[in-house]
Amino acid sequence: MQTVSPVKTSKHLEIKKKKKKWKHTFTICMFIAPALFIYGLYVLYPILSTFQLSLSSWDGNPAGPTFIGLDNYIRLLSDPIFFKALRNNILVVLTSVFIQIPLGLILALLLFAPLKGLRVFSTVYFMPFLMSTVAIGLLWIFIFDPINGPLNKFIQTLGMKPVAWLGSPDTAMFSVLLVIVWQFAPFYMILFKAAMVGIPDELYESASIDGATGVKKFIYITLPLLIPTMVTSSILAIVGSLKQFDLFYIMTGGGPSNATELMGTYMYKNAFLSFNMGYASTIAFTMFLIAFIVTVIIQVLEYYRRKKGVFS
Amino acid sequence: MSKHLKHLLTYVVALLLFVFMGYPFLYMISTSFKSLESFFIEPFAILSWPLNFSNYTEVFTMGLGRYFMNSIIISVTAVTLVVLVAALASYPISRLKFKMNRPLFLLFIAGMMLPIHATLIPIFVLTQNLGIYDSLLALLGPYIAFALPISIFILTQFMQEVPKELEEAAMIDGCGHIRIFWNIMVPMTIPAISTIVIYNFIHIWTEFIFALVLISSPGNMTLPLGLQRFYDEFSVNVPALMAALTLASMPILLVYIFAQEKVVKGLAGGAVKG
Repeated sequence: MQTVSPVKTSKHLEIKKKKKKWKHTFTICMFIAPALFIYGLYVLYPILSTFQLSLSSWDGNPAGPTFIGLDNYIRLLSDPIFFKALRNNILVVLTSVFIQIPLGLILALLLFAPLKGLRVFSTVYFMPFLMSTVAIGLLWIFIFDPINGPLNKFIQTLGMKPVAWLGSPDTAMFSVLLVIVWQFAPFYMILFKAAMVGIPDELYESASIDGATGVKKFIYITLPLLIPTMVTSSILAIVGSLKQFDLFYIMTGGGPSNATELMGTYMYKNAFLSFNMGYASTIAFTMFLIAFIVTVIIQVLEYYRRKKGVFS
Repeated sequence: MSKHLKHLLTYVVALLLFVFMGYPFLYMISTSFKSLESFFIEPFAILSWPLNFSNYTEVFTMGLGRYFMNSIIISVTAVTLVVLVAALASYPISRLKFKMNRPLFLLFIAGMMLPIHATLIPIFVLTQNLGIYDSLLALLGPYIAFALPISIFILTQFMQEVPKELEEAAMIDGCGHIRIFWNIMVPMTIPAISTIVIYNFIHIWTEFIFALVLISSPGNMTLPLGLQRFYDEFSVNVPALMAALTLASMPILLVYIFAQEKVVKGLAGGAVKG
């Protein structure tokens, strides 16, 4: 049977196979097409377009942008406000990693403590994360209000002088950072809580038999097992902090006198208030590059961490 | 340290943090029930009698209802489309073999680290060229596009775990990919779908920057943008503003109270699996 025109059969099969393969590819394309189209139109193309605009000067007029090469980047490197903004972004990153995440851990630990009314505690601890950033910003503006705000009232009862929290360049950054901590600590709380639920009870039991006390159990069992969560949290905090915009825009708009300027607020002002679309694109593309570089560094570190099995 | 002292210390820490996390809510809600005069007379009283409900009716005459409607329309539409589009894309990426699985997956999830600012000006220009600037339609594209990375990330992980046998059995019965997708993949990934519905709903409900750049007239504003407008125009009327903030935060808080576990899971979705 095999000797009967083997060429014809294999050719026939090949065509059928090709047809099937083509159909397979077509199906795949149909499934992915909608996502790829929207993603391409609203994410991929805009990034390329931002890069192109970053090399031009444009005030948004219909005549279109003028190519000016790297001039905007040269300007950026000698722009003190940009560096101030970058420094503030780094401050947000540091606050997130070294204050927010530890506070999230403390909150999560409290949820495992033998407290009465635990459900109420856990609900209230989590609530800030559910409010919209705009609502949070507006609410805290009034809490920080120099005259009618409860915070000043409170410190006055302690015998301190009232402070213009958001109005003074010395305290504005601190004030907004406090609100960021308030908003995001609950998020890290739930990440830690989820990780702590996953720690087997046997570990604690056998540690108790060996005579370990609460603090020792925490240091030798809980903490090491939470390190992967801390790494994840730090990554989320870093990436999130570089994108930070809403809260600063609402609460201070980057002021007073650029004290709370972020790359995001500075870019927004350049683009939509003074219509320096070209220079704004340069800031935007620099933000993209920084996020990209940070992501690559994190991925490389993660790769080595996994490979060596450190902390995991 | 004695056991009692330790217990007491834990309580003190828990209560201090309780006040820190909870007080702003108390302030917001209690102020929303004050009249303007009583707010200026005693801005710090937790309750001032008689309770004043007029702020809640007043914010609606100031246009809050419209912002609510707009937010509901855009959230429901965008979340529905995100689920559909992300699920469709996740199926071949997670289940079918072709050369581009991995690159496509990475291309999509790379969007998670992307600062929105890097796309803002081109999207602004594109929206104007499409003739949809200052309409809810302008927000639809960006909201779907920026929800895709996390949604595809969660869905592909889930779809990978669907047993291969189900798919093979369906193949033998003569089901094509479309039937397999609808009859097996979608029902099997309901938990993941509910996660991304909650996650995306909360994010779209609270989204601000695209609304700020793409919407200009009050009639088309979503809640976050509308709240900011309230503040700009009526910042003296603190109780009314607090009523608006309370109302705007209500939907998510209600969802949270009725589906606490689900919301916590949904929000942690990006970091903790499903």
